Amino acid sequence: MTESMKVNVDRREGIAVIYTDGYINNQGGEEIARVAYELLEEGYKSLLLNLEKTKIVNSIGISILIEIIERMIEIEGRLGFCNLTPTIDKTFHIMGLAQYTSISPDEASAVEQAQAAG
Amino acid sequence: MAKPAVLKEVIVNLPMEPEMELAACEKASAVAESMGMAQDKIDEVKMAVIEACLNALEHSQAKRRRFQVIFSVLGSAEPEALQITVRDKGVGFSPPENASSPDKAPLSRRGWGLQIIEGLMDEVRIESGSTGTTVVMCKTR
Repeated sequence: MTESMKVNVDRREGIAVIYTDGYINNQGGEEIARVAYELLEEGYKSLLLNLEKTKIVNSIGISILIEIIERMIEIEGRLGFCNLTPTIDKTFHIMGLAQYTSISPDEASAVEQAQAAG
Repeated sequence: MAKPAVLKEVIVNLPMEPEMELAACEKASAVAESMGMAQDKIDEVKMAVIEACLNALEHSQAKRRRFQVIFSVLGSAEPEALQITVRDKGVGFSPPENASSPDKAPLSRRGWGLQIIEGLMDEVRIESGSTGTTVVMCKTR
């Protein structure tokens, strides 16, 4: 039953892409936050979360993503999301995340948008 | 118009343990698939079931550490809707009159479960009192 979260990172020039694989619940969210805060320590101010391999989330996991968004706003950084399932996309809109972060259909357009924003 | 009949009913009793919401989610998926529901709707049902179960797991404070999920396929002849009932015997709470329009600020961290359920399902009814909470939610096929 347990769905542990696997997180991988691709560090690029000016942006780090975080790939999630699994259920974003409290443990999954905390793992993403741990990786995201490490990247901030390394100096990255632009992060992209690619959720292609995440099919389910819950509100506790999303609340941890909100903490990351708040941290990015504090440091005038940028957090984007891409490859959301339609249901996760709808849930993000219900929770108002779309007002504070960019949501792109695919990784290429998300990276392009982030690089254009500087 | 005649009230739809219950064509099939699946009852699951689950312990209040971590990730039991996933067990309910898997059952929801199987029942919804069996009635020919579209995949995007199945995914919305799964998410709503997760949130309803989390509500019971996190907030019910039930002494009896079990909760019940009932999946009812409704219809006249063919399956028309899936009704899901999540019931705990906890301390209850005061649900908002309309969970989809609370004065919740965007980026509030907690308390989104009922709002998500309302946003993803077609009909939602919540009954809560000192003997427990029942969330009844329905999705048309």
